[in-house]
Amino acid sequence: MTRLLDIRGLHVSLPEGAQRPYAVENADFHLDQNEILCVVGESGSGKSLTARAVMGLLPRPHVRVANGQIVFHSEDLATASEPRMREIRGSEISMIFQEPMTALNPVMTIGVQIDEVFRFHEKMSSKERRERALSLLSDVRLPDPEQALKAYPHELSGGQRQRAMIAMALALDPKILIADEPTTALDVTTQAQVLKLIKEMQEAHGTGVLFITHDFGVVADIADRVAVMQNGLVVESGTTDEVLRQPTHPYTQSLIAAVPSLAPRPPRTRSSEVVLEVKHLEKTYRSGGGYFGGKERVVHAARDVTFDLARGETLGIVGESGSGKSTVARCIVRLNDAEAGEILLDGVDLRPLGRAAMRPHRPKIQMVFQDPFASLNPRARVGRIIAQGPILAGANAVTAKKRALELLETVGLDAGAYDRFPHEFSGGQRQRIGVARALALDPEVLVADEPVSALDVSIQAQILQLLDEIRDQMNLSMVFITHDLRVAAQVCDRIAVMRRGEVVEIGPTGMLFEAPRHEYTRELLSAVPGRDWFAAPVEKLAAVSS
Amino acid sequence: MSHSARRLRYVLKRLIQALPIVLAIVIMNFFLLQMAEGDAVDVLAGEAGSATPEYMAELRAKFGLDQPLPVQLAVYLKNVLTFDLGYSFRHEMPVSQLILDRMIPTMLLMVSTIMLAVGFGVLLGLIAATGLNTWRDTAISIFALITYATPLFWVGLMLIVVFSLNLGWFPTSGMENLTMFYEGWDRVIDIAHHLVLPTITLSLFYLALYTRLMRASMLEQYGQDYVTTARAKGVTERRIIFVHVLRNALLPVVTMAGVQVGALIGGSVIVESVFAWPGLGMLAFEALFARDLNLLLGIFLLSALLVVAVNLVVDIIYSSLDPRIEVG
Repeated sequence: MTRLLDIRGLHVSLPEGAQRPYAVENADFHLDQNEILCVVGESGSGKSLTARAVMGLLPRPHVRVANGQIVFHSEDLATASEPRMREIRGSEISMIFQEPMTALNPVMTIGVQIDEVFRFHEKMSSKERRERALSLLSDVRLPDPEQALKAYPHELSGGQRQRAMIAMALALDPKILIADEPTTALDVTTQAQVLKLIKEMQEAHGTGVLFITHDFGVVADIADRVAVMQNGLVVESGTTDEVLRQPTHPYTQSLIAAVPSLAPRPPRTRSSEVVLEVKHLEKTYRSGGGYFGGKERVVHAARDVTFDLARGETLGIVGESGSGKSTVARCIVRLNDAEAGEILLDGVDLRPLGRAAMRPHRPKIQMVFQDPFASLNPRARVGRIIAQGPILAGANAVTAKKRALELLETVGLDAGAYDRFPHEFSGGQRQRIGVARALALDPEVLVADEPVSALDVSIQAQILQLLDEIRDQMNLSMVFITHDLRVAAQVCDRIAVMRRGEVVEIGPTGMLFEAPRHEYTRELLSAVPGRDWFAAPVEKLAAVSS
Repeated sequence: MSHSARRLRYVLKRLIQALPIVLAIVIMNFFLLQMAEGDAVDVLAGEAGSATPEYMAELRAKFGLDQPLPVQLAVYLKNVLTFDLGYSFRHEMPVSQLILDRMIPTMLLMVSTIMLAVGFGVLLGLIAATGLNTWRDTAISIFALITYATPLFWVGLMLIVVFSLNLGWFPTSGMENLTMFYEGWDRVIDIAHHLVLPTITLSLFYLALYTRLMRASMLEQYGQDYVTTARAKGVTERRIIFVHVLRNALLPVVTMAGVQVGALIGGSVIVESVFAWPGLGMLAFEALFARDLNLLLGIFLLSALLVVAVNLVVDIIYSSLDPRIEVG
């Protein structure tokens, strides 16, 4: 087996005043031909910068390789000249990125962007280049290569864009493909397809793939070998079997333990008291059209959506992007107006209520948002963020403050947080603030819209546990929106699966996982990355303890 | 549907949409001027020194000013539809002829100013952004700051003092040398010669604005993911700057320029008076003080048409720069 890449004692230095002197410290690993090496770690672990260092794409001059070697075919890339690196990039080593929408130039067609790779590395006639591009696009199984060549990035779906990116990266049959979280921004079924594609392409071309990810499920699915990074250090490496079954480093063990398993939570008895009932909810979005013709596009974000929520119960709404799950959540809390149907909270239909009539009902149903960075006002202190709701609802300032301090403690933050600004907190802490804000109004129903999808897996586990505790303490009912069936399995008593605005299946978590009735549910379940590895919690526990 | 067919349909659609807008502007202008105190007869009478009420009433009847408002409006609308903009009693000329005479100098000044401001603004912004924190960047930023902060009339006067009076390179005022009776290319060159100083004066402020906008826009685009992708493909920095980044960075500049072309039509009064440039701005200024309502209405209508047309052109340019903008 040929060694493609040998990284020895790699140090990547951060600018002065950063949290730590080195983003990557003394990294040692290698990549062979025809294998997939997964570099796993949480945000800030230095995994992406390692990849960038190999490509010579560090954000210089502030971040640079301070020490060590990156040996590729007996050539040290850490000291190679920029013109030489430019030759290597795109032809010998190429890269795909996390977010295919922003990674492609929005004002250039896919065809032109693929063509550049050929133009800058090979001498070929334009006809030849076009034929090569077409065959590449059909290799990555884009449905209509001719059309895709002429398309702009926004005219393709997320999965198609990532396929086009892969085509571009593989254009000159590189020896090494670096994939930086290439499936993180994709839906779970699309993710499964793209992972399969990468694996197939790698096998067909004998490419060495350096795959950066934070998801152990993905690791289990495609990796031959694994390197785990924490705070810039490679803490453990070995074959996938070794690392997943017998992790030796405590960090690896905790990471693997934090991966939510697909095994559903033990069923609980369901209260007979129904808090929230949603009946035949309808919501459509229209765009285009108008007086001058033009095609009007109608998207049914919610079509005859019906479910109910018992006291103390958590109902998961699971679906891919565009399934309407967030629209339903926003309609329930009346951030969006549904066109038809009923939203019965304690027997009162909220849907037709005007602003003033809705106000007394607002506190009863509160929302936790997805992005803890964007959902808190950066100019307001945490105390004000939490206490503002109750004060608007009529509480006096002193009681509101006392309550806010209590809530900070409930969500696991100290009282000092009261006078600080959101940017002083980490993502997980901010989501705790978001939860405290929602709880400040003593709601009966908490609607959580993807509350953990922006968080690292270990933080994710903590927030899920927090939500669970709070629900039990306060006897809350919760609507939990997520795209991740693994997360849903951890927290939900019942699950509703949505697709294109319709609830295709609804039932208790255990039953839904064991015997999914709808074809789409089965498809979603089989697309969960690493489902074979992480299905059985017993095996996982055994792995951790050994 | 092909891209070009879609674009054609878009242009037609926008033209049809413009009709009610123009109509609304015409009606609103009419009422706006009616609300102003006094009319042309008051001014004429005032300038004559003395006029009997009978004579003034006679004048009003002659001009149709004694009719009820709706009738006056209807007559005005009918005339506008037949491209008859009325008669300026002040200048003793048909309004349409007066305006058309003045429109060409205005358009000349406007187009050359915008070209100069956008062209050089984009160029300077590009140079500043690509040499970030070097002397080029600093020099350009200081230049932009100074020109941004300097009043237009002062720049105009200084240019005249230096380049016309001291150096004698350019004429001090006017649009052409009427005493020479130039024809053909000689006349074109003569007008271009006269155009230089007013254009520079008027464009300096906008130039500074676009330079700063372009610099910021380039820097923002330079940090985008697609630039990293282009680097990862082994594309040269040159192509990254001129092909990948430039086109994306132009978008906010085009938007801004589109908004400001409208302002330029009316906003060049200062430059027109400093350089005695026979443009619409000066005409509007005079018409306002002479209560020459017919003329003012004509100028308003023309400005409105120009703004609508410029907006359409900008939108078409924008949609061809950015494929994400939907046409159709």
